[in-house]
Amino acid sequence: MMSKTLGIVFSNMHDSMLGQLTENRTMASVPFGGRYRLIDFVLSNLINSGIKDVGIITKSNFQSLMDHVGNGKEWDLSRKKGGLTILPPYGSQEAVLYRGRLEALGNIYNYIRSSKAEIVVMTDCDNITSIDYSDVLRYHKEKDADITVVYKHKPITDSIHRDVITISMDENKRVNGAFINPEQEEGNVLLNMTVISKRLLERIISEASSTNFYSFTRGVLQQGNQRLKIYGYAYDNYVADIKSLQSYYDCTMELLNPDVRRQLFPPERPVYTKVRDEVPVRYGINASAKNSMIADGCVIEGTVENSIIFRGVKIGKGAVVKNSILMQGTYVGEKSVLDCVVTDKDVMIRDSKTLIGCKEYPFFVKKGTAV
Amino acid sequence: MIVKKEWIAMLLAGGQGSRLHALTRDIAKPAVPFGGKYRIIDFPLSNCVNSGIDTVGVLTQYQPLQLNEYLGNGQPWDLDRIHGGVYVLPPYQKSSNSDWYTGTANAIYQNINFINRYDPEYVVILSGDHIYKMDYSKMLEFHKEKQADCTIAVMEVPWEEASRFGIMACDEEQKIYEFAEKPKEPKSNLASMGIYIFSWSKLRKYLEEDEANPDSENDFGKNVIPAMLQNGERMYAYAFQGYWKDVGTIDSLWEANMDLLNPNVPLDLYDDSWKIYARNPVMPPQYVADGAITQNAMISEGCFVEGEVDFSVLFAGVVVEKGAVVHDSIVMPGSVIKAGAVVEYSIVAENAVIGENAVVGCRPENVEDKASWGVTVIAKGIHVGKNVKVPAKAMIEQDIPEVDGNDE
Repeated sequence: MMSKTLGIVFSNMHDSMLGQLTENRTMASVPFGGRYRLIDFVLSNLINSGIKDVGIITKSNFQSLMDHVGNGKEWDLSRKKGGLTILPPYGSQEAVLYRGRLEALGNIYNYIRSSKAEIVVMTDCDNITSIDYSDVLRYHKEKDADITVVYKHKPITDSIHRDVITISMDENKRVNGAFINPEQEEGNVLLNMTVISKRLLERIISEASSTNFYSFTRGVLQQGNQRLKIYGYAYDNYVADIKSLQSYYDCTMELLNPDVRRQLFPPERPVYTKVRDEVPVRYGINASAKNSMIADGCVIEGTVENSIIFRGVKIGKGAVVKNSILMQGTYVGEKSVLDCVVTDKDVMIRDSKTLIGCKEYPFFVKKGTAV
Repeated sequence: MIVKKEWIAMLLAGGQGSRLHALTRDIAKPAVPFGGKYRIIDFPLSNCVNSGIDTVGVLTQYQPLQLNEYLGNGQPWDLDRIHGGVYVLPPYQKSSNSDWYTGTANAIYQNINFINRYDPEYVVILSGDHIYKMDYSKMLEFHKEKQADCTIAVMEVPWEEASRFGIMACDEEQKIYEFAEKPKEPKSNLASMGIYIFSWSKLRKYLEEDEANPDSENDFGKNVIPAMLQNGERMYAYAFQGYWKDVGTIDSLWEANMDLLNPNVPLDLYDDSWKIYARNPVMPPQYVADGAITQNAMISEGCFVEGEVDFSVLFAGVVVEKGAVVHDSIVMPGSVIKAGAVVEYSIVAENAVIGENAVVGCRPENVEDKASWGVTVIAKGIHVGKNVKVPAKAMIEQDIPEVDGNDE
């Protein structure tokens, strides 16, 4: 039987990197994969791993997030004991608008202390994958670790080269160094998923506030790795690492690869999301769809190729949409042509318009724009 | 504590629905999948909620397991309420006179205590096998305006079909003066839609009298309505305009699904002000592969289409492999159409597998004897083997092993 575990989700980390996509929303509520928000993957991983107490730390811009998660019932997290708790920035008298992870955790110190959990799993919302935390927790126990961090050995490309932390380890996987945005072509990149005992976390938070440390990476991973037994857990499953608008586009396009979909959506580990009671996709006469992922509520009367179409999108007769990501409620008028375009929610493209970007620089259309 | 309700609804989920044969082997008719993501019962339930009814009793005595599981606490329909909500009401043992539901009126009679708990002024009686969108609150307004004891929703049907329905004859005030169940020579073409609003005190009296009458079949259409009419109670016909379809037969179920693909049929599922709610599958969006053809179709979450889908409805998680063809058909959740198989004019129930190059059903124009043509049905979980040919109108309830392919 697994020790009682608390999940803590950082909803705002890396917000600044997605530009217009996070202008009015947290990283956690960025739409992804046709019918999801990034946080859906994070929450589903936690509950599919048997973690039923989850706190979401918010900082700013969290209205869309609250609207999306509600009381957590769609993730089965609306519970009498535990379940979902949204932790807003000024939740206690001592709270400050945090600068780093440790300060954010300091703000919710009382929430952590009152939890009955023994172990805490902390995660950001930038690495999208289907991970079973029970494997990580088992490893953490086997290693008798103080802290376990999940990493993936992979190339560090330009599109993800922001806020990247890599670690070095000895032959037993014990962490002996951590590097922020290193000039490396590849490395052991942290997935920002961390396992720690609750008691140790409490101690680190208290120490941090007395020594004015606010960065987990600097204060713990870099300066504490001699004192603390920190281990790396190697993960090789598919991970979408969303660090920029470009990597958002690239990762979304990877969903068209059947192998990626199999790894991200294993049937035994469903990804839950807010239900919108949409009608199934309706294809009209002469509609055509090729190599595309299309969500409920869409009406397709034109042509769609190599694209990800979110819920409730309408594509008019004679319109052609290629290599594009159309978010919820996008309307594409008749005979319009879109190639390498990302539309945010509720964008309207009128009849006979042509919008063309390129794969290395997709054309982004802001939420609510009419073209 | 009694929290008084103005009105509640009682939904007659019916018996076995034997005319749907293979599709209702182990589920009650209202739980039969419909329209890509719904079940039949989603329509009357959503109508209730959208009309402002928050308490619904669902009367069933046939295979309640799936229906119970599907309805759960009623949350998908917003029917998880502190007072009221949705309840499945099977017959139960009492200290005396325990029985199965012997008729529609008896089913309500046996649940008088349930209704009394809410002390309603009005009770809406609904059927669980109709597809339509209707605002019952407008019908209630009409009922109050006419100070009626009973209001029956009616619609005009073609004269030649009138003898299949309960037919009303009304005066210009819409007051019913004659009711005939399936008359040979109908006097009007106003057919009962099986939707009634009763003033509860009046209905309760008639249900008690009906129960005391040993000759009664305890049926609304055959007994209770005629008795009320005979006693001169105030009975009115409420004219409904719009799409309404009884989906109690294989043909009508198939047609009603196909109606969803017809832009001229006035059943708008996209109207945000009158959504049809359902329990949603937890699956990723559908994927349509290179080389697939999807036209005139409704396709749900989790589907994987590599083949050709035309004039068809695919439910959640259906797989259509390369070179497979699905035309004019309904494929229910989780079924797999293997490579090269052809499915035409068929209903494939849940989790069935149609083997490679199998041929299921056929177009009416390809049958010589038109009388023998009909929609083919493959029951739930059935495996149709490789290269097997299943003729039109067949009803397959047992696995068919594969046969050798011919090289013609």
